[in-house]
Amino acid sequence: MRSFTFGKWLATSLMAATAAIGMSASASAEAMKVGFVYLTNPGDHGWTYAHEVGRQDVEAHFGDKVVTTFVENVPEGPDAARVIRELAKQGNQMIFTTSFGYMDPTLKVSKEFPEVKFDHITGYKRSPNMATGNIRFYEGRYVQGVVAGMMTKSNKIGYLGAFPIPEVIQGINAFAQGLRSVNKDAEISVVWVNSWYDPVKESDAAKVLIAEGADILAQHTDSPAMLQTAEKAGVKGFGQSSDMHEFAPNAQLFASVNNWGPYYISQIEKAMDGSWTTGEGPNHWAGNTWNGIGDDYLVLTDFKNMPADVAAAATAARDGIADGSLVIFKGPMSDNKGNVVLKDGEALDDGGLWAMNYYVDGVAGNIPN
Amino acid sequence: MYEELLLTILLTSVPLILAATGELVAERSGVLNLGVEGMMLMGAVAAFGAAITSGSPIVGIIAGALGGMMTAAVFGFFALGLATNQVATGLALTIFGTGLSGLVGAPLVGKAIDGLSAISIPLLSDIPFIGLLFQLDLLAYLSILLVGLVAYFLKHTRWGLVLRATGANHYSAHALGYSVLRVRWGAVLFGGMMAGLAGAYLPLVLTPHWAEGMTAGRGWIALALVVFASWQPWRVVVGAVLFGGITIMQLAGQARGWTIQPQFLSMLPYLATIIVLVSISRKGGALHKAPAHLGRIFYPTR
Repeated sequence: MRSFTFGKWLATSLMAATAAIGMSASASAEAMKVGFVYLTNPGDHGWTYAHEVGRQDVEAHFGDKVVTTFVENVPEGPDAARVIRELAKQGNQMIFTTSFGYMDPTLKVSKEFPEVKFDHITGYKRSPNMATGNIRFYEGRYVQGVVAGMMTKSNKIGYLGAFPIPEVIQGINAFAQGLRSVNKDAEISVVWVNSWYDPVKESDAAKVLIAEGADILAQHTDSPAMLQTAEKAGVKGFGQSSDMHEFAPNAQLFASVNNWGPYYISQIEKAMDGSWTTGEGPNHWAGNTWNGIGDDYLVLTDFKNMPADVAAAATAARDGIADGSLVIFKGPMSDNKGNVVLKDGEALDDGGLWAMNYYVDGVAGNIPN
Repeated sequence: MYEELLLTILLTSVPLILAATGELVAERSGVLNLGVEGMMLMGAVAAFGAAITSGSPIVGIIAGALGGMMTAAVFGFFALGLATNQVATGLALTIFGTGLSGLVGAPLVGKAIDGLSAISIPLLSDIPFIGLLFQLDLLAYLSILLVGLVAYFLKHTRWGLVLRATGANHYSAHALGYSVLRVRWGAVLFGGMMAGLAGAYLPLVLTPHWAEGMTAGRGWIALALVVFASWQPWRVVVGAVLFGGITIMQLAGQARGWTIQPQFLSMLPYLATIIVLVSISRKGGALHKAPAHLGRIFYPTR
């Protein structure tokens, strides 16, 4: 860390400045143009950073056959439509909009440019030229639950949530399923931070959970602040979206890393050979891609800071999810009020996953509505 | 357990105390600088960059103060030197500081430091409960010391009186032979230094990393606290701890299983600010303590 000198800092800052100005300078005539819309900037070291890594994978894979352009810090809502329309006007043949809140703006613009292919990340609305892409993030959280259940001594797990939306609830429930598969006494306390990104508040929430007795922390927020707090307090936790090992060398058990590269590359390849589709039919994801650990769309970093038997259990859970032998949401499963959700032999389909409006056994409290 | 919660409240209040005290001095001299958020971010990035390149958090503190001060100098150049509208200039400064800190901070993303360690004062820190007031870090002690110095300066020194006079009526101060612009430059730079220190507290103590926009609106809360405190330094401390307390207690309440809307809980600190604002203006005194020439542009009339 100390080897990072002032001179190097200055030099890289200046490089970043010139790179920002010189964007999209070289565009060859035959190359396919692909646009990306980012919610924040790659400096968040979380959600948008992972998309930026995916975009760089695209450039590395296709070389000069594809020219990419990206726009950072685009607020969700009406402003986004303006940015997406501008990208379409600039001749981008395919546009990835990388946040849930871009769904309606993308839908609107997709109707104005029927020849452009739109690919929206983490939504559910589609049109003949607008597809949906997502990653099964919750799969990583099941493995986190297994590790947490075996590591905890206080049987109290702290969990930071951003907002009570289906994707976050899915994650909490998958974590609980993993937790309860190895430890019947452990329980999750959820604290809602009410923000995707507020490092100080995330750190405060982590401190509060530790003070209340939690010895393993998990998060569905974007900054590394929780893990840094865990490191300082001597408890353990899990990284989010990208590897946060640098921030908490002793506290991070592992991180679930969103790997968008394979998705972007396969979608662009499909667009090139004409097999790109946006899917039809009643099933939520038919014709669209929702892959997880099995296809390396979600990558778990090395299992560290844990005994060998825990790492072995985590590896088994990961491999079981990857080859399909381990089903996360299957019966018998009941919610945390004791109502049966799935009978023995039943399993949740994708539609059921998105309709989760309950906590499963192992989570304390109620979902705020 | 309660001691840990109380300590968390105190630490989360420190940046608010620092930034609000600095802004209070600027406002007392008659300058409304809405660029606190931008100055905090510049202080934060400067502090983190300096701490990581030098390996010393103390160098980080100094760099944070200078970073905030230099950003404030940009405001001073326009709002004082060229007599531009203070509200517009301040808002522009926040946008400028947010963008520039993100740009120069880009290579620092993804790195971590050890940060400032706590200094326990012997004997005093062993007292039950109150003892935790004596196991804070250097910047936290400094923040309380600075509030005390500002309170003393404003109330009991000649130059404090001159500063207040400038804020109350800059023509009178000018007529008496005091340089209004020099006083205001000093106050603006001091405000920038304090905002820089407030920003520095984030990457040096609370969350030892740099990320774009990491202050997440704390500069605006500091601005509200100045009004909340009706321009009295010690009331800033009360307001900041109250604000921090409500924030932490709503998180603790959730951890204990109270089922309340998170949106409602997040709103509580702001609700408290509004209630206090309404109540002090109803009494009819406190709000009128605003410096009379706050935000007014001064043209020297030879």
